[in-house]
Amino acid sequence: MESILSIRHLTKAYAAHRAVDDISFDIQRGSIFGLLGPNGAGKTTLLRMITGIFYPDEGEVLFHGKPFNPLKDISKIGYMPEERGLYKKMQIGEQLIYLGQLKEMSLAHARERARFWIDRFDLHQWWNKKVGDLSKGMQQKVQFISTIMHEPELLILDEPFSGLDPLNSNLIKEEIFEMSRKGTTIIFSTHRMEQVEEICKHLVLVNQGVKILDGEIGHIKATFKKHEFRVTLEPEPVGLDRENPVFVVESRKEHTLVIKLKEGRTNNEALSYLMEKGYLICAFEEILPSINEVFITQVERSSRKTSPLPAV
Amino acid sequence: MHKTWLIIRREYLSRVKKKSFIVITLLIPLLIAGFIALEAFLITGGNKQVLHVAVIDRSGLFKDNLTDGQQIFFSFVDAPDLQSLESQQSADGYDGVLVIPAIQLDHPTGFAYYSAHQLGLGPYEYITGQLNKVIQNRRMIEAGIDKDKLDQMKSDVSLIQPGISAPKGVDTAHITYAATVIGYIAGIFIYFILFFYGMQVMRGVAEEKTNRIAEVLASSVRPFQMMIGKVVGIAGVGLTQFLIWVILAVAAILVIGATVPGLSAHAGQWSEIGQMGTAANPQVAEAMQKAQNLMAALPITRIVLCFLFYFLGGYLFYAALFAAVGSAVDQEMTESQALTVPITLPLVISFFIMFNAIQQPNSPLSVFASIFPLSSPLVMIARVPFGVPGWQLALSAVLLILGIVCTIWLAGRIYRTGILLYGKKVTLKELAKWAVRKG
Repeated sequence: MESILSIRHLTKAYAAHRAVDDISFDIQRGSIFGLLGPNGAGKTTLLRMITGIFYPDEGEVLFHGKPFNPLKDISKIGYMPEERGLYKKMQIGEQLIYLGQLKEMSLAHARERARFWIDRFDLHQWWNKKVGDLSKGMQQKVQFISTIMHEPELLILDEPFSGLDPLNSNLIKEEIFEMSRKGTTIIFSTHRMEQVEEICKHLVLVNQGVKILDGEIGHIKATFKKHEFRVTLEPEPVGLDRENPVFVVESRKEHTLVIKLKEGRTNNEALSYLMEKGYLICAFEEILPSINEVFITQVERSSRKTSPLPAV
Repeated sequence: MHKTWLIIRREYLSRVKKKSFIVITLLIPLLIAGFIALEAFLITGGNKQVLHVAVIDRSGLFKDNLTDGQQIFFSFVDAPDLQSLESQQSADGYDGVLVIPAIQLDHPTGFAYYSAHQLGLGPYEYITGQLNKVIQNRRMIEAGIDKDKLDQMKSDVSLIQPGISAPKGVDTAHITYAATVIGYIAGIFIYFILFFYGMQVMRGVAEEKTNRIAEVLASSVRPFQMMIGKVVGIAGVGLTQFLIWVILAVAAILVIGATVPGLSAHAGQWSEIGQMGTAANPQVAEAMQKAQNLMAALPITRIVLCFLFYFLGGYLFYAALFAAVGSAVDQEMTESQALTVPITLPLVISFFIMFNAIQQPNSPLSVFASIFPLSSPLVMIARVPFGVPGWQLALSAVLLILGIVCTIWLAGRIYRTGILLYGKKVTLKELAKWAVRKG
């Protein structure tokens, strides 16, 4: 797959503090890409450089393989920043048309698209109302419309679900998936791990301005697996942790054990061992770490400045 | 460029469409009219405090020689002293009693004024002035000086200023007076314009920042375009407001001209006033003739052009700085106070220099301040009615334009950092750093 966006050695410093330190990665066209990191990791600075709001101190941003030109390419990007808002005293319709025009849409096209999305989100009776009169959730929807109405090739969402109730979250999520199906590339920046697992295929984890992880979610989970398995046996197992050369029993609840393989042992050896002991194996399943666990352990490791980059 | 135009349009329309715009636009001329009416009322004597003074003259020198003023009236009473006057109860109805002792002409002392209220400075000077005049006249007579001869010897000269072109029938003193009035009005007007619209720019920028729409916009347009759009849009609002005031003023003059008899015939035809006006109302015609001559004596075209130039130039110069400060404000407008000082201070200082420049249009300070871009919008416009050498005007204009380029460039650099910076209290030092750092 071709990269829509390539980040090459981006660096940005504020005074002595390096907000973004030599970060590189590629984003495949049409993918949903997660940009993860704790608060203050440098995500927003990175996104601002990608959207041309900030100039990098070093490095470059390639858009379709060519250096990103803010003046020319900006209208192909939709960016919903974390710090977002609208003109409170401007009417919804007027405001959407204005923001659309700033994204180089014609007046007629902007009006048509604004109407389309307002209807789609059931906001048509609010067209002439001021933004300040809307509920927070509705304002978020208007904000989302303003980000996507010009049909960007690359959609950048910084914490898009903050302040949304589950119902509206789902609504927005469905639209994101729909756009992804139509070929829009999406960068999704957050510190909410469960959302990343649900939405993204590929992710980059940054901490303290440095990239500490980069890969497909499946690969990342496999890399950080701890060789733990959940086993359900018949009859109820007892005494398996005594003089066991293959695995350690970490916990037991009635028929189900959580076991951890000893160094150099394999799944099959564990299974053979259990069969030899005469157990009937009802279930055998590997426990993969959640992205949340990976995130926490990796962030803690890198924060302690003992961070050899794991090969993924 | 197209996007900048969109921003200008929004900034302009969103303000002009507001009710408060119409209210303020109509209210300000009303306030000014009210203020002028109040002034006129005070000057023409709606506020006169009349003093009736009873005079007991034991010297016999002053009787019938004290002249009544506009607000002071003397009445000579027959009473040897204050007590007897009071016992006759004839002190009633007077505001005070002036007691003149039997004085010696070469050593006049012992004048006394009895009243429940202290004399104001004006009446005090008027009364002592009258007394001095009588004494001086008496002394002249004693010294054998003929008063008529003395009057003949008195002289009253006026200066003509040959360098200043004045049409026939116009006193150069009147030109000086008119220049002073126009200088004051233009200077004060520009001062308030710079403050009023500069603050609007600052508030607008700060609002976009606290609304958190700044970054949304920054992903579509350059921060510089945002800033220019705001500054130019609000300039448009100012010009619109100004245009409305001019139209209102012209309309008011026409309406007054039509309703006041004697003026109606000539409202639109000042040039023919000489022949026609005299018949209807000679005094009005004469006054208008004088006003017309006076206008011709002043460099009116130059004043109007300079006013527009310094109005717009001064606005652009200062509005950019106000925008920069607005971008550095976070949440609370109150903290902007410290940051606006470097802008308001030169404005206020210029304001005072302007007053000085009207008194002394060609003093070194006036000349410098009218060329230096921080103060030239205020000071030069105050000097222009008095006549300014062409080179000074040109230098001032060029420096102001360079200054505008400079402040807009500096402000743009501060703006693009400030507008996206949240949760941090910014100091002046940091603003300076943003302005000069590279990249």
